[in-house]
Amino acid sequence: MPTAPAGTLYRGREGMWSWVAHRVTGVLIFFFLLVHVLDTALVRVSPEAYDAVIGLYKTPVVGLGEVGLVAAVAFHAFNGIRVALVDFWSQGARYQRVMLWVVLGLFVVTMAGFLPRHLMNVFGGH
Amino acid sequence: MSAQTTIPTPRSPYARRKTTRGNFELYSWVFMRASGVLLLVLVFGHLFVNLMVGDGIKAIDFAFVGGKWASPFWQTWDLLMLWLAMIHGTNGVRTVINDYAERDVTRGVLKGLLLLAFTFTVVLGTLVIFTFDPCPADAPAELLASFCTA
Repeated sequence: MPTAPAGTLYRGREGMWSWVAHRVTGVLIFFFLLVHVLDTALVRVSPEAYDAVIGLYKTPVVGLGEVGLVAAVAFHAFNGIRVALVDFWSQGARYQRVMLWVVLGLFVVTMAGFLPRHLMNVFGGH
Repeated sequence: MSAQTTIPTPRSPYARRKTTRGNFELYSWVFMRASGVLLLVLVFGHLFVNLMVGDGIKAIDFAFVGGKWASPFWQTWDLLMLWLAMIHGTNGVRTVINDYAERDVTRGVLKGLLLLAFTFTVVLGTLVIFTFDPCPADAPAELLASFCTA
């Protein structure tokens, strides 16, 4: 029988949700990393094998998956700096909420730079 | 009036007990932050060169990888990125397992699998970077980097 947790430490709002998003994106990136090392390892099999599998990355469906992946990386990277600042900067805890909005701002700017370029590469005529 | 009486020390003074468990969790916490900052540079650099420059994802093939790993700079870059990302990611997933897997056996099995995946991926990736031949003799020339035929 699973036991019900006694009370909860979850407090909602920016602090909790950024932590949830950090976990989810982190685990996602980790599993992609395992796959990505495997597909890159095909260069040791043959040029044909590598080109065949990397061809999948150029399809529209996987191309959109890459958008999700880059989004996950961008959020995890910027929010990771926020986490480090909360830990090491004397005013970090006080400004954690403001810093999350800065993180989201940087995220939007990064994606605005990446999206048009990548979507043109994936969907543009080549 | 009354003579000064000396009060005996009630008990031995407080002494901080020396921890016997080592500082592994402290080092792991520091590592996550230090490697995180390095990974931000390494991964954004990787994404920029592979997805933003030129034709991005459409330009990636065996010849592209051959061209990159012909240079010790990108070999070092990718090796560092592989090791840091794998240790950072494995340690992160270890934390997640510790948080949610309540039964000892479940936790042990999951962390065993994690260690297996870590070892396999790091060994494989490292071998690939160091044993890679950009110009395999039996491969068609049009699939290889231009310097193979030059």
